[in-house]
Amino acid sequence: MRALFQAFVLCAVLLSQASWAEVEVDDEALMAKRPAKLLSAYGLFRDGASQLPSAGVYPYDLQQPLFTDYAHKYRFIYMPAGQSAAYSADETFEFPVGTVLVKTFAYPADFRKPVADIQLIETRLLIHQQDGWNAWAYVWNEDASDAVLKVAGKSFPVSWTDETGKVQNIQYVVPNKNQCKGCHTYNKKFTPIGPKARNLNKDFPYSHGSKNQLSYWSSLGLLRGAPSHGNIPSVPKFDDATAPLGARARAYLDINCAHCHRLEGPASTSGLYLTYGEKNAVNWGYKKRPVAAGRGSGNLHFDIVPGKPDLSILIYRMISTDPAVMMPEVGRTTVHKEGVELIEDWIAGLE
Amino acid sequence: MRILITVFAALFIAAAPLSAQEETITVDVSGDVQEALQEALILAEPGSTIMIPAGTYNFTVALSLDVPNITLRGAGMDETILSFKGQTVGSEGLLITSGGVWVEDLAVEDTPGDGIKAKGVDTITFKNVRVEWTGGPKAENGAYGIYPVQSKNVLIDGALVRGASDAGIYVGQSQQIIVRNSVAEYNVAGIEIENSYYADVYDNIATHNTGGILIFDLPNLPQQGGHSIRVFNNKSVNNDTPNFAPPGNIVGSVPRGTGIMVMSNRNVEVFGNEMGENATVNMLITAYSQDYDDEGFNPLAQEIYVHDNTYGRGGWDPDGLAKEVIAPKTGVPLPDIVWDGAVGSMWDAFFGPDADETIHINEKEGTSFANLDFVYDMIVPWQAGIDTDISNYGGSIAPLAPVKLPQDKAKD
Repeated sequence: MRALFQAFVLCAVLLSQASWAEVEVDDEALMAKRPAKLLSAYGLFRDGASQLPSAGVYPYDLQQPLFTDYAHKYRFIYMPAGQSAAYSADETFEFPVGTVLVKTFAYPADFRKPVADIQLIETRLLIHQQDGWNAWAYVWNEDASDAVLKVAGKSFPVSWTDETGKVQNIQYVVPNKNQCKGCHTYNKKFTPIGPKARNLNKDFPYSHGSKNQLSYWSSLGLLRGAPSHGNIPSVPKFDDATAPLGARARAYLDINCAHCHRLEGPASTSGLYLTYGEKNAVNWGYKKRPVAAGRGSGNLHFDIVPGKPDLSILIYRMISTDPAVMMPEVGRTTVHKEGVELIEDWIAGLE
Repeated sequence: MRILITVFAALFIAAAPLSAQEETITVDVSGDVQEALQEALILAEPGSTIMIPAGTYNFTVALSLDVPNITLRGAGMDETILSFKGQTVGSEGLLITSGGVWVEDLAVEDTPGDGIKAKGVDTITFKNVRVEWTGGPKAENGAYGIYPVQSKNVLIDGALVRGASDAGIYVGQSQQIIVRNSVAEYNVAGIEIENSYYADVYDNIATHNTGGILIFDLPNLPQQGGHSIRVFNNKSVNNDTPNFAPPGNIVGSVPRGTGIMVMSNRNVEVFGNEMGENATVNMLITAYSQDYDDEGFNPLAQEIYVHDNTYGRGGWDPDGLAKEVIAPKTGVPLPDIVWDGAVGSMWDAFFGPDADETIHINEKEGTSFANLDFVYDMIVPWQAGIDTDISNYGGSIAPLAPVKLPQDKAKD
């Protein structure tokens, strides 16, 4: 069992950043062909244990995150001085060479107190190098003094107390580089998934006050070409009961499935395309027959049977943890109960 | 012509799996083999050979390879065994996403999902590879044994696949394919070529499957309209395993005891095969018959040429749909060759399809046949009948060129 340690919520930590020594991001280390053995070598954090980023490394958040066994995630972005990303309305922004997307996975000991006793698990880096994006996972050591490169991935037990007070135990899986690519592929090229306009278009509680992330990035010169605020697409949060059910369900499938399930993605072979904008009903699963699904079909005949979640392969695969059946194939070992309920409600209401 | 030959020669050299200056890594099997092998698969330089010594190694997570031009070699399909009996993560045993990979002399066993999958690659070879579910045919077995999809230049040579709950050797949405010298047994489908172009399937043995060799085309997929496929000199015999595919999958509808089956597709040549002891039917040609919503899809089997095959016993105990739909029309035993007769229009139904859209059969005297005339049946049911006169289906299709692959040095 790894030691738990004390950390703080990001926005609180950022308030105290003046008290920390300056650490500079090491562009050379980031661009090197071979990855560094220790995360600290890149200088992305002033203090890794409390997830306090260095100057020029900005925290951000997604409206609709990928489900990863209920892990809490801290995201940061870094671009070399003077560089900026090009805005895109529908796809991942075009980030300059030298960009790093940082994502730390963590579990508070008790989800009812999410700012105390946080166990850092791993930090994944997506680094945009000269010849394309590269992915590496660093696993935090016992005292959170640093994180160590794991090329072939790793698996170990993690436990926490959930919002209802129940203790949850899982076998957490750190992916290897190829497993990362299993999802992060667009037209056969390694590509980030989350940082799309519709997913970033939300407020973030910066230390100096809450601001829309995209407006803030534009004001910092990190983003160019973004239209005025009202013309940027957005998606609802999946658990926002005030938003339309259909939009929430499609947004959920978009971030959890569509990185593979789209014409340009690794699951194109299936003909099931779950991008937010997919209009062809058969392609988003409506009365669509399975292809090469094997046991994944679960004796059912269609991905989505309108009005009948129990007869829909989509649900069958979301509630499974059998590696030959479950979807997504990697990234979870447990069932996302709340996500399943959302998709069940949506299918139940389809005609 | 001379230029072409030079180009081919150059390709052969470039695709050679080993040359003197390339690195050979032998996986250290003294410790954590899962980590050692996966690290080698990630860190190997392009062009390297990764050797796995003889032994049985257990894996709990899927392996994956994304470095081009790697040769992954064991000490033999019965000597180097990668067992995934305890796998908890990943939907296949080994996933290959880089081009120019050559897998040779090893076995993958008991994956909960697919055995070895290659997705979207150019030039992939499986040579003397075994994929097996060791508990025999069971619905809990993984779906596909050797599974290249959306790939081109696919060579499967000397493979042995047993127990797949869908297809043992499955090539989907691919182009330029050779499957030869392989054995597929105790699978639902022995060898299946689906939504693919330019395939040569020859010198294989498909036995004790539900269906021996299937050439299929399905709607709503990025690549469809399968065509230009030759199935020759295979033995598809004794396919006697009851269908154990999870229902819902297309192969779940294949009747137990099907020798060779062509469903939709265009330009398929089936010749020189030995079919026999297939209790439903030796040779079946049909349209895709499930309802679908895809304007670009042609469900018909057209320009199918069946000739010079030999037929042993068949059709004496039809199963599933064949029992319900075909047997009442043909009687039992079913004929050696059955075509559903589905054609494109009412005109075709009355007067027969154009010569370049029909099927052609040229078999030795005494080969039995039935055109079930299913569409004609629907239009004028009072004339319902079948056509068993094989001489009405003569002619042939333009010869299909042999498939040539850059990595295939054994062939001329």
